[in-house]
Amino acid sequence: MPGTFLDSTELVLNMGPQHPSTHGVLRVIVKLDGERVLGTECVIGYLHRGVEKIAENRTYTMFGPYVDRMDYVAAVSNGLGYCLAVEKLLNAEATPRAQAVRVILTELNRIGSHLLWLGTHALDIGAITPLFYCMREREYTLNIFEKYCGARLTTHAFRIGGLQYETYDGFEKEVLEFCDLFEPKVDEYEELLTGNRIWVERLTSVGILNADDCKAYGVTGPMLRAAGVQWDIRKAMPYSGYDKYDFMVPTRVNGDTYDRYMVRMAEMRQSVRIVRQAVADIPAGPIMAKVPKIIKPPVGEAYVSIEAPKGELGYYIVSDGSTQPYRCRVRPPSFVNLQALDKMARGSLVADLVAVIGTTDIVLGEVDR
Amino acid sequence: MPDDPKPEGANTPESAPQPEPAAPQSPSAEPAAPVAPATAAAPPAASAGGAPPAPAVPPKPPAAAKPAGAAAAARPAAPKAPAVMAATPWESELTADLAAEFGDRISAFQSYLGQNFLVCQPGAAIPILESLRDNHGFEYLVDVTAVHYPDKPEPFELIHIVYSFERNERIRLKTRLKDGEKAASAVPVYITADWLEREVYDMFGIEFEGHPNMKRILLPDEWETFPLRKENSILKMDQRWVQENLGIESGQ
Repeated sequence: MPGTFLDSTELVLNMGPQHPSTHGVLRVIVKLDGERVLGTECVIGYLHRGVEKIAENRTYTMFGPYVDRMDYVAAVSNGLGYCLAVEKLLNAEATPRAQAVRVILTELNRIGSHLLWLGTHALDIGAITPLFYCMREREYTLNIFEKYCGARLTTHAFRIGGLQYETYDGFEKEVLEFCDLFEPKVDEYEELLTGNRIWVERLTSVGILNADDCKAYGVTGPMLRAAGVQWDIRKAMPYSGYDKYDFMVPTRVNGDTYDRYMVRMAEMRQSVRIVRQAVADIPAGPIMAKVPKIIKPPVGEAYVSIEAPKGELGYYIVSDGSTQPYRCRVRPPSFVNLQALDKMARGSLVADLVAVIGTTDIVLGEVDR
Repeated sequence: MPDDPKPEGANTPESAPQPEPAAPQSPSAEPAAPVAPATAAAPPAASAGGAPPAPAVPPKPPAAAKPAGAAAAARPAAPKAPAVMAATPWESELTADLAAEFGDRISAFQSYLGQNFLVCQPGAAIPILESLRDNHGFEYLVDVTAVHYPDKPEPFELIHIVYSFERNERIRLKTRLKDGEKAASAVPVYITADWLEREVYDMFGIEFEGHPNMKRILLPDEWETFPLRKENSILKMDQRWVQENLGIESGQ
């Protein structure tokens, strides 16, 4: 306000890297005019471990566990993408049984990842209760992983060519029990939030990213679908037998934070639907395809991507014919989606910035690799 | 896992680099032939010649190993894998259009494992991307990355992956760059390229001309080496930076 003695100047504020609502070690430098965000800049790399360099120094098999540690809340998806990429180079395919089990675990993992997102996102907005509910239900998926492969978070559930372990006794029953238990719970979350006036007002028209913006920024996953683009790699380029299952790709039109919430909620229901179909019909047979014990793909390269909970997760692997990848590039959805943060936050209030970071659903382990 | 890896000393090309793997096969995607048996007592100099791709059983000691091995069905677990990728030519309406538009600035249209890519001259990459976006519906830049081949005269291969929603098609553009040569930035065409190119710079030291903010993204700004270059071992780090900023002698 010129003319008054209260001088209004721009303020540069550092948010993070330890701010609780940045979901990890993300630092956002925010330029503010009062409450209004004039611009942001992300500073990332605090968790950089050089995963791509590590890949060049490990064999194909040894690198498997490392990918779990990128997006650690969706470790199963990471593993699936990596295995599919190496299998592509080997021109091999997992057995039908392995594919079905992979689908089940990946979808359970997607539910777990979305639940963690929902809980923390709601917490950022100020709703504390959903966090406890989400954690409670996510626990069931983690228990299934633990029983299946011994690990809860960084599972390393899959192997190149199939699976390491046969499913345990009662696996199908437990998965179905989870489905029965979980479906009404989604209604419960929606009852808490969907029509909740505070929730609606805090999220509607916040962080809008329309379809053209999404494409220009390379934003994928639920964020793209919330803007009305019905694109899901499970449908567009089916892998691991996803074409056998009947499911919908939920979309919304506005591309704001509320729509992204609605899309993710609908996706959890669809995941349950896929899991039910997959469990009902796990083919018998071996769990491992006939791949060599020592993985040595012929000289060549391949880019394989999957629909991870956060968007397109791709692996571009170059083989020089040896036992180690010559180059292993990971195309991380969180990293690319985070780039659109500035676009979404510009012009909004500083309180909305928290909502926008939450709705992007980033995992810093994957952003920084 | 029980397989202990042997570093496999010579994994570099041992045969003279064939210019083009001109494989005669039509670009059929070959839906997953069974994997070669693990125990393949693979024949030396395994190059399946012009034989049709049906190598379920490794061929008996080849009657006459053809010198100009096309290696069309290259999937032997053999110690002597072909030194170049067994890519097949890629022909479609799109390649015809691009060839007509860019002529010899695109040096090859190829396909490997059903994935299509084209190789172009450094200066042509951005015009091609622009044409792909505007005329052919490739609206989404999936990734920008690079690969370092230190022994080649043009050691860096820059890769753009683009996808078209309407065609449901994904293709790759490959460009070869000399060491120190600057690449043109794709940011004016795809905003996504901003961070992706910064990461390429961060890891390989390839600078992009026309980029709005050409600086490191994952590593600290003052870091000196480019980790994904092959001459840097995995243990290589910036001692000076570590000592100055972390106050410790070494990070290892």
